[in-house]
Amino acid sequence: MKILRSILSDDLPRSRWLTLVLLAILIGLAVAPFAFPGAKSLNVAARICVFIVLAASFDLLLGYTGIVSFAHTMFFGIGAYGVAIALTKLGASWTSVAIGVGSGLALAIVLAVLIGLFSLRLRTIFFAMITLAVASAFAILASQLSDITGGEDGLNYRLPELLRPSFRPWEGMTGRLIDYYIVYGVSLALVLGLLRIVNSPFGSVLMAIRENPFRAEAIGYRTVVYRTLASCIAAAAAALAGALLALWSAQASPDTTLSFDIMVDILLMVVIGGMGTIYGPAIGAVVLVLAQNYLQALLGDRWLLWLGVAFILCVYFFPTGIVGRLRRR
Amino acid sequence: MKRDYLPLLLIPALAAAAFPLVGSWSSWVTLSVAGLAMGLMIFIMASGLTLTFGLMDVLNFGHGAFIAIGAFVAASVMLALGTWMGADSLWLNLAAIGLAILAAMAVSGGLGLAFERVIVRPVYGQHLKQILVTTGGLIVAEQLLKLIWGPDQITLTRPAALRGAILLGDVAIEKYRLLAMAVGLVVFAALTLTLARTRIGLLIRAGVENGEMVESLGYRIRRLFVGVFVVGSALAGLGGAMWGLYQETITAAIGAQVIVLVFIVIIIGGLGSVGGCFVGAILVGLTANYIGFLAPKVALGSNILLMALILLWRPQGLYPVAKR
Repeated sequence: MKILRSILSDDLPRSRWLTLVLLAILIGLAVAPFAFPGAKSLNVAARICVFIVLAASFDLLLGYTGIVSFAHTMFFGIGAYGVAIALTKLGASWTSVAIGVGSGLALAIVLAVLIGLFSLRLRTIFFAMITLAVASAFAILASQLSDITGGEDGLNYRLPELLRPSFRPWEGMTGRLIDYYIVYGVSLALVLGLLRIVNSPFGSVLMAIRENPFRAEAIGYRTVVYRTLASCIAAAAAALAGALLALWSAQASPDTTLSFDIMVDILLMVVIGGMGTIYGPAIGAVVLVLAQNYLQALLGDRWLLWLGVAFILCVYFFPTGIVGRLRRR
Repeated sequence: MKRDYLPLLLIPALAAAAFPLVGSWSSWVTLSVAGLAMGLMIFIMASGLTLTFGLMDVLNFGHGAFIAIGAFVAASVMLALGTWMGADSLWLNLAAIGLAILAAMAVSGGLGLAFERVIVRPVYGQHLKQILVTTGGLIVAEQLLKLIWGPDQITLTRPAALRGAILLGDVAIEKYRLLAMAVGLVVFAALTLTLARTRIGLLIRAGVENGEMVESLGYRIRRLFVGVFVVGSALAGLGGAMWGLYQETITAAIGAQVIVLVFIVIIIGGLGSVGGCFVGAILVGLTANYIGFLAPKVALGSNILLMALILLWRPQGLYPVAKR
């Protein structure tokens, strides 16, 4: 129990139902390759892992610091394109993966600092508008600079040998499975890391800023510095999520990494799951990715409309989303 | 109050700076006219947004939905009036466009009223929730558009009288751009006159400056705000209709595309300032066209650069509104 507490940074689910749901997700994803065989379900499981990280890192901004950024997909895309470009240009080796991840992370952090210093001194609304403008310019730039990014079609590249489907070290084991467990493990580590951050003294300062920036400043915390740091951490986590996606899907394109649709998905995940809980966005990510892949067939395109309505209702009536509901029981 | 003319000088300065880069006189004029037309269309869409922000501290991220709805309604009306649009008479063409624009403004304005009631009213004064809820409104509106008009893009052709260009010497000016400029200037003049010369305008300006004071003098600023919100939405519809006809293709994503430019414009202008919004819109329109000609691949990035430069000069925008 003590070990569990320290792994979860003393932020237990605090609800029997929530614990059950989270355990189901954790175990379900761990055994997904065997419990739900097939290429499609494995793909869905990997996307769930990636989007859990992406949504949880967005929660650090939206739920804990109280700032809305529309540039989260930009950082996601930077991470994905970092790996994609490195693997395309430098060949399918682990050094190129390292170079890609490193340069993607560096670019994401530098951009986050620049945007933060530019606009976080002012008001949250300013930050939201500027991130929206920058992110859309970046998306257009990525589709225009087709020599580097492959334009609208994006990049398709070969993964390092260890991760290819054709790699079979022994019976029943494939490169695809190794790839999946890398995605799963890194995602789990990142989510636990984010949990650690929001439950640290630093996280408490962020929440203080969310509740009352004036008072936080008056106590002696430089809100600009803390907000900028939070947006850097979130950007770095998003870039890592992007890198994971690139390592999984062996392709990166504006549609799958940079488009505004993905930003909308992230918002839906975080708000419907529950802002300011980390667990909530994880649940939201599971719900949304499953809905995208399986509900689409049942409900057609209409499901996004209902999710939008649910989103608005959540903001008004259930600001803590699904997690808040589960915890109230 | 001393007038601040410095930002106005940016427009001729930008045009003059672009001249040697563009090189030829005729393409420079064509580009400048195109830039002015684009800027004025963006101004139409942005003016309402900046006013509602100035007056009530409400920023509607769903503004793009009104732009898109305006474009779709106008397109439907114009397609229904196909015979008028196809007719070989400028007046019938203009009548069809005028009717389409009126319909677009009516529908957008009406939806604006509903949007204000249902979506915006419960979250006054809470910025975070405002951003989230209005974005949610945008998501829902975009889906509804797809539901009503189908997921495919609509192709519009401009009527014969507004196709092609007028030749002045060796300078070619597209006819539609002249119409767009005329409409934009009319809207600008009407807005400035209303704000400067009428009682309502006085109240709006006072409300932007200090809302509580206006309330304590016995005026209901809330009603004023609803009015401004509706007019702003109607103007977004007008802008969307003009923009749709300018692009000649309309998709559900049209609002999301234009709203980026609109945001850049109102940030440049200073949130809440109509004059700043006008200058900002023209700067953005001109920059987009000059850079689009000189280096097409980085056109949208250039607007971000413009925004960054202006914010370095004046961190609150060209004409900061007093209390903020």
